[in-house]
Amino acid sequence: MTTRLIRNANLLGQDPQDVLIADGVVQQIGTGLTADGATELDATGLVLLPGLVDLHTHLREPGREDAETVHTGTRAAARGGYTAVHAMANTFPVADTAGVVEQVWRLGRASGYCDVQPVGAVTIGLEGKKLAELGAMHDSAAGVRVFSDDGKCVDDAVIMRRALEYVKAFDGVIAQHAQEPRLTEGAQMNEGTVSGELGLAGWPAVAEEAIIARDVLLAAHVGSRLHVCHVSTAGSVEIIRWAKAKGWDVTAEVTPHHLLLTDELVRSYDPVYKVNPPLRTEADVMALREALADGTIDAVATDHAPHPAEDKDCEWAVAAMGMVGLETALSVVQHTMVDTGLMDWAGVADRMSFRPARIGRLAGHGRPVSPGEPANLVLVDPAYRGTVIPESFATRSRNTPYRGLDLPGQVRATFLRGVPTVLDGEPVAPEAVAGAVA
Amino acid sequence: MKRHLVSAADLSHDDALLILDTAEEMAQVSARAVKKLPTLRGRTVVNLFFEDSTRTRTSFEVAEKRLSADVINFSAKGSSVSKGESLKDTALTLQAMGADAVVIRHGASGAPLRLAESDWLHGSVINAGDGTHEHPTQALLDAFTMRRHLAPGLGRDLSGRRVTIVGDILHSRVARSNVLLLATLGAQVTLVAPPTLVPIGVESWPCDVSYDLDSVLSKTDALMMLRVQRERMNAAFFPTEREYSRRYGLDSLRMGALPEHAIVMHPGPMVRGMEITAEVADSPRCTVVEQVANGVSVRMAVLYLLLGGATLADHPTRTNAEESTK
Repeated sequence: MTTRLIRNANLLGQDPQDVLIADGVVQQIGTGLTADGATELDATGLVLLPGLVDLHTHLREPGREDAETVHTGTRAAARGGYTAVHAMANTFPVADTAGVVEQVWRLGRASGYCDVQPVGAVTIGLEGKKLAELGAMHDSAAGVRVFSDDGKCVDDAVIMRRALEYVKAFDGVIAQHAQEPRLTEGAQMNEGTVSGELGLAGWPAVAEEAIIARDVLLAAHVGSRLHVCHVSTAGSVEIIRWAKAKGWDVTAEVTPHHLLLTDELVRSYDPVYKVNPPLRTEADVMALREALADGTIDAVATDHAPHPAEDKDCEWAVAAMGMVGLETALSVVQHTMVDTGLMDWAGVADRMSFRPARIGRLAGHGRPVSPGEPANLVLVDPAYRGTVIPESFATRSRNTPYRGLDLPGQVRATFLRGVPTVLDGEPVAPEAVAGAVA
Repeated sequence: MKRHLVSAADLSHDDALLILDTAEEMAQVSARAVKKLPTLRGRTVVNLFFEDSTRTRTSFEVAEKRLSADVINFSAKGSSVSKGESLKDTALTLQAMGADAVVIRHGASGAPLRLAESDWLHGSVINAGDGTHEHPTQALLDAFTMRRHLAPGLGRDLSGRRVTIVGDILHSRVARSNVLLLATLGAQVTLVAPPTLVPIGVESWPCDVSYDLDSVLSKTDALMMLRVQRERMNAAFFPTEREYSRRYGLDSLRMGALPEHAIVMHPGPMVRGMEITAEVADSPRCTVVEQVANGVSVRMAVLYLLLGGATLADHPTRTNAEESTK
């Protein structure tokens, strides 16, 4: 395997260092390193981070290959600086058996751009009625640790309690999509001033907060691990802060779009802004940023949700919910958290790599950049400024809310166990990664 | 005036008065034996109705025909729409057929704005009711009716007139458009409904809200009753129809509490015995039939000003360059 010497990289945004990589492992860190025959990469001015880990990705395969495949989705992930993604279970068929999660896992291995860690469904068919075979999914080659009915809420309190209890046997975690179903029947957007004017059915903050409040209490009662998906309201932050203060094992994620966008954008009725949970208010955005900065929210997760054009090129009510996000996540985080002074690059590494890997119990990811650790790395140019052009994305879909927006930062290179998956800002050729990564 | 009429908020004070004044002229035409103007001869207007609405569609159709437009009725039922054709493809089809204006009724809030802001078609878009969002020509005909009774005369607005709108505000496109237009015209609007049927965020609207109908009757110049759909009852917005009628329905006793000059309005269709008793509906103070006639005049005015108004200095023919910067 090629020996690589990364020159003058600002490790976690600190002083320049050289990093020597060989055999998929970080060998040496220092200044003025030399290595015979090493391929050198000048990283002057670039920030070196551990490879990013996404807790919440929709890769759509199997079933909706018109929107995304594991191959296109992992290419997009690599382009966004990710070395591991958690693939959500709402595929067709649903990832509620060992067979389906193993299939997704193998597709990820074959792609080679990024590790794919399948998420298993909590209940059969995401129907919230009967537990799926959680143990079988854990024992499979995919080694599932994170379970979620994402897209749907496990709203039955007994089923939720049992799921939380059951996964303790193999250190699993339930990742809850917190949405009280009765309060959100037909909901189209955040319930507030804008929904009232637009005549769109409201999705009230309380529908999220009520479930989170119940679930943190359940998790405490049975002594299990709860992870809250895509927290979107200031009230949810308060509840999670309270639960953490109690010492309960509760973690949470926020999406990049909830750190930047508000429901004012819905005034256009352009379904590119339609997402679940919905875009909230400016006050919510500010509370989420603060919570991410102080660690109340543990992770940024993309909720990358590709949809074909026809599912967005229509009237609001019939449009699909979701936004692509893998290729813009780091830029949005730099824009909203780093450039605003709320967080430094070490904080970015913590919220986008260390903590999400720990929540997912992913071995080999989210590790410190130091000798002996797997060379899962990303080089970011923080000085870059560019306009978002969806047509340049590696994802198969184009439903980004950032079209035409100027955002900072660009992923220049990504390494998965020492193998470059992205160089000069673009994914390498498929044959260069397929089968190349140990 | 803008090229489209999607929201009552699109209309400035001057725009609204121009429409109301033009509608008075159109009413003269409708009073003649030959009720026809050649204004829109050779222009094609499509009535694109994704929801059943015989009343509104017929009103637009009469208005279009009195202006000599070529009228095409495109209803979702029995067309390719019912076979799954998208709004976009329907719009592209109408564009290819050379529609100069599209009058759209759609069950989804925002569908007319999507049409107006897309490059799917280039004609004017007139919102004939979208979901629970807006119904601007209804608001215009209501304002026209109010002006005739409460502030007659060309060039006058509704300054100081007190309008009370009662019923299912939450789901009402009529209420949303009326609040916006009446505020533009200087009227004071009070919404009355059980709290469950008042939208979250209403405090930002240019109006007052009351939960008590009886307390506002004596301070009302125009009382507008809205229909309450029976299916709302199953969603627990109120306990029973009878309780709703008792608290928010208009009977002759409550009508008697109105000032003598006050009018009773209803956008139709009325549910007699629910929000309005038969006695009130048939009383001379109820303008519901007059509103229908006024609807034709107002829609003629809107079509004339959006499509034909070459004689009006403030409404020049748009060029493509201007359109692209809108």
